[in-house]
Amino acid sequence: MTTSNVLFEIGLEEMPARFLSDTEKQLTEKTKAWLEASRLAYSEIDTFITPRRFAVLIHNLESKQPDLNEEVRGPKLQIAKDQAGEWSKAAIGFCKGQGKTVDDIVVKTVDGHDYIFVEKYIEGKLATAILPAFKDVVLSLNFPKNMRWGNRSLRFIRPIKWILALNDAEVIPFEIEGVTSGNETRGHRFLGQTITVKDALAYEAALKEEYVIADANKRQSMIVEQIKALETEQDFVVPIDEDLLEEVTHLVEYPTVFFGEFSQDFLDVPEEALITSMKEHQRYFPVRQTDQTLLPYFIAVRNGNRDHIDTVKRGNEKVLNARLKDAVFFYEEDQKQSIEANNEKLTRMVFQEKLGTLHDKVERVEAISQSVAIALQLDQPVVKDVRRAAEISKFDLVTQMVNEFTNLQGVMGEKYARLKGESDAVSIALNEQYMPRHAHDDLPASTVGQILSVSDKMDTIVGCIAVGLMPTGSQDPYALRRQAMGVVQILERFGWSLSFENLLDLIISHYETTSIEVDDYQVVNQNVTDFFRARVSFLAKERGIERDVVEAVTHRGLGQLHQLFIKAELLEEKRKDESFKQTEEALVRSMNLANKATTTEVEAHLFENESETALYQTLLEVRAAYEARISEEAYQEALSELEALTPAINRFFDETMVMVENEKVKNNRLALLNQVKQLVDLIGDFTQIEWKQQF
Amino acid sequence: MHIQDMILTLQKHWSDEGCILMQAYDTEKGAGTMSPMTLLRSLGPEPWNVAYVEPSRRPADGRYGDNPNRLYQHHQFQVIMKPSPDNIQELYLDSLKKLGINPLEHDIRFVEDNWENPTLGAAGLGWEVWLDGMEITQFTYFQQIGGLEAKPVAVEITYGIERLASYIQDKENVFDLTWTEGVTVSDIFYQPEFEHSTYTFEASDTDLLFNLFNQYEQEAKRAMEKALVFPAYDYVLKCSHTFNLLDARGVISVTERTGYIGRVRNLAREIAKLYVEKREALGFPLLKEEGSHDNK
Repeated sequence: MTTSNVLFEIGLEEMPARFLSDTEKQLTEKTKAWLEASRLAYSEIDTFITPRRFAVLIHNLESKQPDLNEEVRGPKLQIAKDQAGEWSKAAIGFCKGQGKTVDDIVVKTVDGHDYIFVEKYIEGKLATAILPAFKDVVLSLNFPKNMRWGNRSLRFIRPIKWILALNDAEVIPFEIEGVTSGNETRGHRFLGQTITVKDALAYEAALKEEYVIADANKRQSMIVEQIKALETEQDFVVPIDEDLLEEVTHLVEYPTVFFGEFSQDFLDVPEEALITSMKEHQRYFPVRQTDQTLLPYFIAVRNGNRDHIDTVKRGNEKVLNARLKDAVFFYEEDQKQSIEANNEKLTRMVFQEKLGTLHDKVERVEAISQSVAIALQLDQPVVKDVRRAAEISKFDLVTQMVNEFTNLQGVMGEKYARLKGESDAVSIALNEQYMPRHAHDDLPASTVGQILSVSDKMDTIVGCIAVGLMPTGSQDPYALRRQAMGVVQILERFGWSLSFENLLDLIISHYETTSIEVDDYQVVNQNVTDFFRARVSFLAKERGIERDVVEAVTHRGLGQLHQLFIKAELLEEKRKDESFKQTEEALVRSMNLANKATTTEVEAHLFENESETALYQTLLEVRAAYEARISEEAYQEALSELEALTPAINRFFDETMVMVENEKVKNNRLALLNQVKQLVDLIGDFTQIEWKQQF
Repeated sequence: MHIQDMILTLQKHWSDEGCILMQAYDTEKGAGTMSPMTLLRSLGPEPWNVAYVEPSRRPADGRYGDNPNRLYQHHQFQVIMKPSPDNIQELYLDSLKKLGINPLEHDIRFVEDNWENPTLGAAGLGWEVWLDGMEITQFTYFQQIGGLEAKPVAVEITYGIERLASYIQDKENVFDLTWTEGVTVSDIFYQPEFEHSTYTFEASDTDLLFNLFNQYEQEAKRAMEKALVFPAYDYVLKCSHTFNLLDARGVISVTERTGYIGRVRNLAREIAKLYVEKREALGFPLLKEEGSHDNK
């Protein structure tokens, strides 16, 4: 069979850089699905994407669908024959309709009924007849934001300007929104020309001649190589931010890297502000010395070649210098304001309509963080630092720097607080309160920072849930999920001796003193707890701990989170541990029966056999050591202590009938088992675990 | 090239492309978009091609004439073409060439920037145009105006005159730009910049301004009740500017802010709707002039 190479290119006005990667992925997947559904074989597919075009090159596409022998079902046999047993009109009509005669009829049974069939040969369609339907692939692409233009009603990523569609050298004819396919493409907006592409395979090379590197990976490599060359030549380091690299790759068709300078004076401004200006506003890469010190240089990528690069460089330098001058202005103006004056402005900034102003929030966080610090039994100086940090925790939100660079909240708080003579502990906490800022960010390192971070986040979570802002699906405008994860991580990592339940009670009891209108705080308590349970399960799952184990260790509440995770990790391991099987079975059997118990009061005089006495004795011996291990959080060792109970439990079940007629004796035996259960419960409810040793 | 020559060049260019040259609208406004020549005329099916310079007041950006980049009032060169022509990007790039900006000597890019003006219930998709890293133009395909779907789509091109001039004249400070031979921006605008900043941040009578806002709003509603679209819209513009003065003075809290914006938006929406209804009652006269009335 003959094959051809097929190319489709859709030319557009500049598409948003952030959507290009996904568009290219969709293009590959949807083209493959289309070819498969069209029964057209090919060897491979290449895709290309730049701001002004996306394209797909199909290699060795077969020129025709394979032929098909298809069985076509006709009427039921009883209808296909007349009373004389001859083929009926219905049968003859069916055959005729299929271009066959009654001689071709075959009878087959389907679902217990006989039908007549004819076998029909269907000739495969030519690829040339199918290819114009690529239009549907184009129109099936999904974009996060679509637009209309001119008099057109199509909603698409950007206006379509041209279509190049080639089957080898032949144009594949179709039309989208008034644009007809042809054999022309456009080169770089300024450096290139409109050219005729002679053959599908010539596409990439022809565009390169016109200053378009159509393959995004190749553009990216060109950028990286040029940056590396500059690093060697200039003896500096350019840390490559992958997101920024992807964005600049998708902002240009022909990348040329250059570096520019800014005034040394700006290095006095906090580095974060300089970096935000460079990266987010200008899409430049910051430059560092080998020792990581920031240098007054930047790396930019031009959409074009090296001609007149000095003009481009000077222009970019001018823009950056003007931006940084603004930053310096903000930085200096901000320092003229006192922390108290800024705090006063918070009374006019709404945090959330029902939860009041930022000033109201600060007051809540102050009270909450005090209670937390006291509950954690911290020393007086630390408690004092917590109070001050909370009091000024949001003053930087009204500074011009944070207004301009919102991602610098906290960062500027710390800088300005130091300049105003606040202590290290307080200043650092102002930045650390926002940590972790994302899933893989560091946690606050200082105690004051941890307390402020947890208090601020818990205030937001409890407040939002209390006024009905529980996140749903993808809707989480206050990032409550991320903040809850932060709380869980901090509580766990730093081993807070405060249970989650106590922490929550403390916050809710503060909320009860505010004038915020809430229907029922018990419901809030339940909702917040459920919300955190879901986060804990999520985090556990990431560490390979299954839900049943999480349920087992949280049957009495989330408790202290570090304990929760140690226990969960231990049980996740034990459930597969063959040597633990006997102990687990003995304990689970005891616990299942213990659920029928009404008391833990054991009366030794009611024992009727030795196995009861023996179990009771062993229990008394094990208990002290076990409880000691538990209080040391040595759960592994605690479990080892419990192993000593196994023979006694097994003997007990061998020799004792628990559910006897005599109520007193029965209840006493249940109480004995209940004591076993009470011990095990300190680690977890083993009956909820699906033990897996046998697998 | 002096600012005056830039304006003449742009006017000539867009006039040659079929735009009506309008003059600045005589009511204070924050952006050229708010002129009824853009905001109202972009609505409905009638074709509309227009270009004009719009002095735009941003009270909060006032810096007493001290800041090299920020102004209480700057100038925009505004172009509206409805329906958006297929070669609009090329028309725009030609205008840059006429301003002496040769694309081969620079780095010109169309970087995604979606525009939204909640006060006017307006939104569009497009780009900011970068010249060697500097944003010189806002380029927007209107999708919605006054809460109504924009159909056909108008394209709006807004050149920041001072920004562009600072590049063309290679000046660091906006006040050093020459308006025409021997006359700088400072000569013309320093005093008003200083006085408007002083007024905005220190001297304005906020009680009076609050009253004015309410009265302008009342008057806009009254004009609306009599179906007087353009007078009603003028009072909406006055509301908007009064609000900007109050906001710059820092006397509007965040909650109140949303409330005020909502009030202006509701008026703008009603006016947009009424404008289209009245044009329809008139039989969309501009459609007929174009000889494409069956296209309605």
